[in-house]
Amino acid sequence: MPFSTLSKIKDRLDAGATTAVAVAKTYLDRIAAFNGDLNAFVDIDPAHVLEQAEASDAYRTKHGARALEGLPIAIKDIFCTQDGPTRCCSHILKDFHAPYDAHVITKLKEAGAVLVGKTNMDEFAMGSSTETSAFGPCHNPWDIERIPGGSSGGSASAVAAALVPAALGTDTGGSIRQPASVCGITGLKPTYGRVSRRGIIAFASSLDQAGPMTRTVKDAAMIAAAMSGHDSMDSTSVPDAPAVDWLGACDKTGMKGLRIGKPKEYFVDGMDTGVRAAIDAALAECEALGAEIVDISLPHTDAAVAAYYVIAPSEASANLSRYDAVRFGHRCDNPDDLLDMYTRSRDEGFGKEVKRRILTGTFALSSGYYDAYYIKAQQVRTLIRQDFINAFAQVDVIATPTSPITAFKLGEKTADPLTMYLSDIFTIALNLAGLPGLSQPCGFVDGLPVGLQWIAPAWREDVILGAASAYEAATDWVKAPINFGGEA
Amino acid sequence: MMDIDIRKVAMLSRIRLTDDEAAELGPQLSNIIGYVEQLGAVDTDGVEPIAHPHDIAMPQRLDVVTNVNRREALQAPAPQTESGLYVVPKVIE
Repeated sequence: MPFSTLSKIKDRLDAGATTAVAVAKTYLDRIAAFNGDLNAFVDIDPAHVLEQAEASDAYRTKHGARALEGLPIAIKDIFCTQDGPTRCCSHILKDFHAPYDAHVITKLKEAGAVLVGKTNMDEFAMGSSTETSAFGPCHNPWDIERIPGGSSGGSASAVAAALVPAALGTDTGGSIRQPASVCGITGLKPTYGRVSRRGIIAFASSLDQAGPMTRTVKDAAMIAAAMSGHDSMDSTSVPDAPAVDWLGACDKTGMKGLRIGKPKEYFVDGMDTGVRAAIDAALAECEALGAEIVDISLPHTDAAVAAYYVIAPSEASANLSRYDAVRFGHRCDNPDDLLDMYTRSRDEGFGKEVKRRILTGTFALSSGYYDAYYIKAQQVRTLIRQDFINAFAQVDVIATPTSPITAFKLGEKTADPLTMYLSDIFTIALNLAGLPGLSQPCGFVDGLPVGLQWIAPAWREDVILGAASAYEAATDWVKAPINFGGEA
Repeated sequence: MMDIDIRKVAMLSRIRLTDDEAAELGPQLSNIIGYVEQLGAVDTDGVEPIAHPHDIAMPQRLDVVTNVNRREALQAPAPQTESGLYVVPKVIE
């Protein structure tokens, strides 16, 4: 039961074979048993989870089931929730309780979901390993000596170990897809503007997008359907976004006629040979399912990481200026004056990686450097977006590895920030272009999961879901780790 | 490699850095900026910069009051308030 998919749990609830309370208890027991090993949750209130489950069972009896009735979903610590703390895994927000719910939290509540705790993450979502969290690193259930990816590492670890059947993440440069990849689960980043950002603590406003992390493609579609939609209180939420038949898109079993682009820039030297073999095998499987593999080029791929590490820190330096120790967040003891209060509170409250990004962004935006760094990066962003537009004139969807490597060891890349940044090399370009992307499991190297990334044109999540569903139906890579109760 | 005045950037960022932090972050910042300088090699002549992935105009809402008074709830997370005002160190002597 714990490794059930969300849709199977829904079927059992709908058939009266179980209750939301029984389901919640199963997962609360697993969190109690295993969170000590994983540090996937940084906050959990079992009584509050059971209250929501009881209310859901009562709602079902009285009114019938809503789309996510009684289904437990864990929440990354970046989403504002009126219940419990919202800390973005930062000391600067260690006492913060949000005065309102994020729009997507309201939507999940309205769909009947049972919200479970807050999951671990890199501080302010800045990182690729969940090692920058103020609450200690999170661990990968496939090997607890290794990182679960990041920044949504807690959500990925929790779903992979079935501490919960699904979770929410956010993705600025790969923070849903890369942890999904290294933990062997499915993660969907919707098209920029599909999901409201209101109440999601901002990192880089033109890149951030929230999405589901689940065991299967259909489970991701169920949650994405409930999360999506225009929010008049978020100016980046697109009002007339083309609709998608989320669940219908998951009925695909073959790939006949599907043109899959294979960008040469994503199959380069330095990639783990095992990862490369797994991706090659996955593409061969797609061909066997009727797809045509088309060699394509995304010529500005090499510049994507550099453009990202100007744009994201620049936006972060502006967004994080709101932590001024006046309206919320940590304030230092006995400030001498206003400047001392700002500078000391921020030094004490922010961790090293957050400081690095704020400093990088402030430098890129500072007088004399703005044109050379910030404007230049925005021009390169235009070229990267155009690369994808050109590619999608030839193909329906693009397939790549999600990460060039499997999960690395804790501490292995913390000494050199730049090495850590380069682990996002295959996920970043898509955020710059605002496109939807999904990572799904496609094999193992030395017992560690490998992820296959799908990329589609803006608003065409249905194409991704169709291809990923067909691949999932034809293969058997959605596994459960033995040390957490999976089968040998 | 570019020599960056880490103290100046830290002050612009309103972050105090201890000497140890400055000694560690300074070279790292130079290293990161050194890496992103590869952008200079990309030909961007005549290319429009974009700040947002989609070509859409910033939407405007009607100019009407939509929020209710939630001062107490919104000030609850503040480090120090008094009579509905935020308390900060003295600014004017």
